[in-house]
Amino acid sequence: MNSLQVRRTLLVGLVAFALLMVPWVFGAFTVSTFTRALVFAVLAMAVNLLTGVAGLPTLGQAAYFGVGAYTGALVSIHWSELGIVQLLVATLAGVVAAVLTGPLAIRGRGVAFLMITLAIGEIGYSAAGRLDAVTGGTDGLSGILPVVVLPGGEGLVNEGLIYYYVLVVAVLAYLGVGMLLRSPFGLTLRGLRDNEARLRAVGYRTDAYALGAFVYAGGLAALAGSLWASSQRFVAPGDMGFEIAALALLAVIVGGVGSMWGACLGAALVVFTRDYFGQIVSGHAPLLLGTLFVLAVYLLPKGIAGGRAQWRTLFPRSHAEHPTAEVR
Amino acid sequence: MNASQHVVPGGRGSADGVPALGVEGLSRHFGSLRAVQEVTFEVRAGSRHAVIGPNGAGKSTLFALIAGALPATSGRVRLHGDDVTSMAEYARANRGLVRTFQHSSLFLSATARENVLLAVQRRHGVQASPWRSVTRRRALLEEADEVLAQLGLLDRAGAAAGALSHGERRQLEVAVALATAPSVLLLDEPAAGMSPADTQAFQQIVLGLPQEVTVLLVEHDLDLVFGLADTVTVLHLGEHLITGDPEQVRASEAVQSAYLGAEDTSDLFLEEGS
Repeated sequence: MNSLQVRRTLLVGLVAFALLMVPWVFGAFTVSTFTRALVFAVLAMAVNLLTGVAGLPTLGQAAYFGVGAYTGALVSIHWSELGIVQLLVATLAGVVAAVLTGPLAIRGRGVAFLMITLAIGEIGYSAAGRLDAVTGGTDGLSGILPVVVLPGGEGLVNEGLIYYYVLVVAVLAYLGVGMLLRSPFGLTLRGLRDNEARLRAVGYRTDAYALGAFVYAGGLAALAGSLWASSQRFVAPGDMGFEIAALALLAVIVGGVGSMWGACLGAALVVFTRDYFGQIVSGHAPLLLGTLFVLAVYLLPKGIAGGRAQWRTLFPRSHAEHPTAEVR
Repeated sequence: MNASQHVVPGGRGSADGVPALGVEGLSRHFGSLRAVQEVTFEVRAGSRHAVIGPNGAGKSTLFALIAGALPATSGRVRLHGDDVTSMAEYARANRGLVRTFQHSSLFLSATARENVLLAVQRRHGVQASPWRSVTRRRALLEEADEVLAQLGLLDRAGAAAGALSHGERRQLEVAVALATAPSVLLLDEPAAGMSPADTQAFQQIVLGLPQEVTVLLVEHDLDLVFGLADTVTVLHLGEHLITGDPEQVRASEAVQSAYLGAEDTSDLFLEEGS
């Protein structure tokens, strides 16, 4: 192993250790904030897959997140308390929803795509509020049972155990997305972002791959939605509203468009800013989020994961010794 | 997807006298402008065929019509005898009719190797596979490196396409097209912006292509055209003027007057040292 691999392994080990220690170190509220951050990280990965990797900026992923959340909740209430069943059925529902709506969305690119996905998100939000018989309307859907991991086991009520459940699924999702990015399909999507005309000229039916990315991201967002239902045990139309979609896009931008670990870090930053630091300054969470966004765009235009160069300009290493080093 | 449509280079039409490419009465109008008007000619399988003409002759439009980037107003395009006029660009590419771009059109954030891999993985039909890292697919990598080596880019394989020099980008441009194993390769002004040395090197690359690959190039640089082509088609004001071997074309008075609009053009096509 070379030194880069050693450092990488060390970093992964350190992050894994820190994530595993969370329930032992923090109180229940902080642990539940971490849980929400993990769920949000999975949603942010879905947004990033479209926005950062395939070059299709989206504001509609909250709709598929909501489809997953409601499906997971309904499966829990009416059919099975088993986590794996909820996750699979919810993901499938997200895939079906994306297959049905995707052909409409991928007719546009860039801003047109953004607007169509925004419309899809708004339709999803209103539908959730009106379909009282299925979703409980604006009252939301409660009575979701504690999620059971193994058949015959006990439901998870302890915040720490719920956190671990979400952590395991989120890590698997992360690994799955990582595999996708390194696969031929991942290369295809980067090609789609870089130069769609050229991709067509070497024989790709580009719309089909844009739809493929849309469906994958829809399934991933729905998976996150099902985790949301299991961890919050309450689902309301607000969970699939514009705010969630916008925050997910914000997380991706803050984290660094195109980078999956950046998106996860961005998601954690957004959730903690809103739910944790927002609490401290009592009710000024939107102001904090706005500040975070402005700072990120101003100081780190390529996001946290956007390369070392911008960090260096922020924190020049040897200011005194090379006073001219910074001047360009 | 579409694996059945894949054509082995030169697999059809090369033996039985069917032209690799047939252009029949092809027209394209933009409003009242007749950019290409009733153009008809054939490209023999295995030939090195050039399309030339003064500015505004309709070369680029004709090129786009053949590649499928523009729909024709009327007329037909045949690939190895099959009518492909109504086929989209990607479908023509899958049948072996592959173009390059005049201004290098690459995947700039990807490495040179990944640029070529995009073409190679498409040909292997694995472009939608969501598992197994590209870097572990040895057959794809070897093939990509083979094409890069052919174009003299192997030592730049790991560099981002956006970091390559202009000449290297032109080479990569051709590498990406070649990696699809085309039966007919369309080159759109390949020498545009190349230094004389690069143009020379490029000429050697095209001359070194296997005989199964038919080459149709649209080009301004007449030195390159006459050093490369065995057949030349001349367009003028959107219309077909002449198709013939280089000597015929050089000798044609119609061609000379089209180029200069003047009588005394005796040394226009003289080769250096001839």
